[in-house]
Amino acid sequence: MKCDNCNNLATVHLTEIKGGKKLEKHLCEQCASQLEGIGSVKGHQPINELLTNFVMAHSGIAREQTLQCENCGITWAEFRQGGLLGCEHDYKVFERELSPLIQRAHEGATHHVGKVPTRRGAVGVPVKRRGPDIERLRGELARAVEAEDYERAAKLRDQIRQAEANETK
Amino acid sequence: MKLSDLTSRAGEWLRGEGPMSEIVISSRIRLARNISGYHFLSRCTRAQRTTIEQKVRNAILANAGKITEQLFYVNLADAPEIDRQLLVERHLISKPHANAEGSRGVAIGGDESVSIMVNEEDHLRIQVLRSGLQLEEAWEQINAIDDALESVLDFAFQPPFGYLTACPTNVGTGIRVSVMLHLPALKLTGEIEKVFRAAKDLRLAVRGLYGEGTEATGDFYQISNQTTLGKVEEEIIQDFKQVVIPKIIDYEHHARRTLLNERTMALDDRVFRALGILRSARLLTSDEVLQQLSHIRMGVNLGRLKGIEMRLLNELLLMSQPAHLQKMLSRKVEGDARRSARAEFVRSRLGSI
Repeated sequence: MKCDNCNNLATVHLTEIKGGKKLEKHLCEQCASQLEGIGSVKGHQPINELLTNFVMAHSGIAREQTLQCENCGITWAEFRQGGLLGCEHDYKVFERELSPLIQRAHEGATHHVGKVPTRRGAVGVPVKRRGPDIERLRGELARAVEAEDYERAAKLRDQIRQAEANETK
Repeated sequence: MKLSDLTSRAGEWLRGEGPMSEIVISSRIRLARNISGYHFLSRCTRAQRTTIEQKVRNAILANAGKITEQLFYVNLADAPEIDRQLLVERHLISKPHANAEGSRGVAIGGDESVSIMVNEEDHLRIQVLRSGLQLEEAWEQINAIDDALESVLDFAFQPPFGYLTACPTNVGTGIRVSVMLHLPALKLTGEIEKVFRAAKDLRLAVRGLYGEGTEATGDFYQISNQTTLGKVEEEIIQDFKQVVIPKIIDYEHHARRTLLNERTMALDDRVFRALGILRSARLLTSDEVLQQLSHIRMGVNLGRLKGIEMRLLNELLLMSQPAHLQKMLSRKVEGDARRSARAEFVRSRLGSI
């Protein structure tokens, strides 16, 4: 089909209803883009995006279905069905998929800030309570800044610096 | 110390002592731990399960002195059903742990204030139970037990998530803090919904007497935290001790005062009717005993009923449970025979006042 305005190939097909009458227009891309009110020709872009999103989402699903822990053999789909993980490595293997679930279950938290096994880190060196305090202070700092309590924020910043200095000693 | 010694005594959670014991029955803290290098239980073969059970059992028994006094271990795979049920009734193991299959066990000690479930949902579920509101004491004790076990077992722990658990809802601290409350007045005044709403706002779970999936029989409610990540253990405990529990205790006190001052007759009717039923009934289910005991307990707490000791009510509560009753009778009884035996036992203890 040829363009209503020129001899180029018509690729844009518009149907307008005006006063109960159906008006069809067939235009090439160039003519269409010049036509007033049909800036919406670009309207086919969202459809493209929609398709891309669909394909991406689809491939995401595919990834989730094939995602498997080499250590214990559990797949992401199996975890979703049973609700229980198969081994400690799953937290790494599924980290991307698990993180949003974990956040939802724990009021948005993403990091452990509590007790740390004494035996972790350097053998025989108690690391207990070291990291957590800084994490906690950082959280408080963020809240203080949000509440525009800058005096408190400054104090917290100093405390964090102090704690960090202690840690590297 | 053996399993059979337990039947004749009241467990820690029913001692009926401790701060706020007129409303707070018990405080419980549990920690979920897994051993690094082994699959979580849902992906274990039978053999792997057994390996884990042996490893954990040996670690517990070799360090018994550091964990708590009078520690003993019950192999649940070999234990008869009635013994497993008995442990559930005493809050020493969970229902799923009692009914599961394969190698599993529980270490019990410290006059039943400590229990360590082996191969429940996680390799270890350490639990400390105290009567009344004693969360800080429970934390101090469980933290020390965790330290003792950690010195011999390599727990699965990895930043950023902390202690790694089979279910991601327990990850981080692996801590579950729960307080068992007796809230008969809020139930009677219909205000218990207030507690549910407050709990929901604070991201807490409300459960029945025997935990997950159980009814709030006898007006007992277990309130527990759901968030285990992003907070320090002490913070979770302080939230409970300073915010959540005082608020609910206030509600219950208020409801009790309202009943006492404005509906005295109705309150007395409940209390004495309950006493009448337990003193006269010929067939009793354990749920009915729990419900009537709840009203009697409230009557005693509010000074409407004299001459009945809390200790007796706690004994009745525990001994009228199916496994305890059958252990006491030393035989298996079911149906009406069991209900009749229960009613007889309750009458014999309450009628002799």
